[in-house]
Amino acid sequence: MALNRRSFLKAAGLTTLAGLGGHAAMELLAPGALDAAQPAKIGAFPEALIGKRWAMVIDSTKFTSMRLSQKCIDACHTAHNVPNIPGKQEVKWLWTDSFQRVFPDQRNEFLPVDIKHQPFLVLCNHCDNPPCVRVCPTGATFRREDGIVMMDMHRCIGCRYCMVGCPYGARSFNFRDPRPFIANINHRYTTRMMGVVEKCTFCEDRLARGLMPVCVEASEGALIFGDLGNQDSKVRKILRERFSLRRYPSLGTEPHVFYLI
Amino acid sequence: MYDGNKIIPGLIIFVGLVTFPFWSNIGRAAYERPELKLDAVETECVEPAEWMRAEHMRLLDDWRDLVVRDNMRLYVNQAGRSFDMSLTNTCLSSGCHANKAEFCDRCHATLAVSPSCWDCHVVPPTPIVEE
Ligand code: HEC
Ligand code: HEC
Repeated sequence: MALNRRSFLKAAGLTTLAGLGGHAAMELLAPGALDAAQPAKIGAFPEALIGKRWAMVIDSTKFTSMRLSQKCIDACHTAHNVPNIPGKQEVKWLWTDSFQRVFPDQRNEFLPVDIKHQPFLVLCNHCDNPPCVRVCPTGATFRREDGIVMMDMHRCIGCRYCMVGCPYGARSFNFRDPRPFIANINHRYTTRMMGVVEKCTFCEDRLARGLMPVCVEASEGALIFGDLGNQDSKVRKILRERFSLRRYPSLGTEPHVFYLI
Repeated sequence: MYDGNKIIPGLIIFVGLVTFPFWSNIGRAAYERPELKLDAVETECVEPAEWMRAEHMRLLDDWRDLVVRDNMRLYVNQAGRSFDMSLTNTCLSSGCHANKAEFCDRCHATLAVSPSCWDCHVVPPTPIVEE
């Protein structure tokens, strides 16, 4: 029997209808039976901090010496099992650099001496337009709804495109097994392995448990963290009142770490 | 039969090769169910043991994606109990499978499965005491 185009289309239409109708009938007779394989309920912890747009404010007037910066760095690196590897294979989530290198577009020969020599804390800027996310071929790094630029270590293939993409140098590659370089492993967090890229996550694991980022807790009030989506938040208030700088604003990445000068 | 002196030895070699898996196993120890040790305080896993045996790898993969990609960390099972979706902090906690070597590893070793999770996820040398 020759099946012409017309009768083929009719038959195809009918089977589609039967399929859709069958699904609808199943839903009526036995609701939920078709996708029954989801017995458990899943959600966030009730104490989780939820934000529309997380951001950090660094009060650089309080970081005049290395003492406080080092305290924040140590708190961060011990909590997240960041290895202490000297030299070019260094891994860092939070570190310091000079004014001229943090804000090269503020080039000024006549800076006050104390600003010239002051260490500035630097970390991932959790950009609105993160170049690292655009170049990641596996989707291992992605931007969450609340602005946090996340790393999914499980999908990282170690290609390091993100490190080339990031204008802030916020990402580190694990050239070797990091475990021998971690003095005391924090068992509540994971380490990483050779061949993946890591960086600051704004402590999303702590926010999910209702805690502030570790560096903020260690900072004696010099780091302020909060939700820019909330008019009355501490970060919004402080940015309304005081002048702040962001790193390389002309690149259009919209960084969300603000420096009070 | 033409060329019988070649065909018959050839056939014998062929049959020998095809039945290799059967005769090479003669005399070897039969598969034994690994002795798993459960010295857990908890008497129940997040889901029934029977289901966990077959599906734990899928459950863990789901947990991983939910936590990292969807920012959800709370798992409430059918009995209404809540769990932190965490490999080290829940599965390997002191109340459950702190004896990973005698539980997870023993079964995995018998079945030649080697999950790479422990390159990053920490196996506490001493059980974590719940806070
Ligand atoms: C390259 C390192 C790496 C490897 C390999 C890895 N993970 Fe992870 N995993 C992480 C990191 C980092 C997190 C995020 C931890 C956090 O936010 O608390 C995580 C989180 C998780 C979580 C949720 C949080 C927790 O505390 O457990 C689960 C579940 C998980 N991974 C399962 C797995 C499984 C299963 C495997 C093996 C098949 C695996 N992971 C392999 C790095 C890794
Ligand atoms: C009764 C035997 C048995 C026990 C006990 C067991 N597993 Fe498994 N596990 C398996 C088998 C079989 C597989 C492989 C399934 C496959 O390859 O499809 C597997 C796979 C896995 C995987 C996925 C590996 C991958 O590469 O994707 C993870 C993760 C895992 N097991 C974790 C655990 C943990 C953690 C424990 C202990 C708390 C445990 N298993 C205990 C039998 C077991």
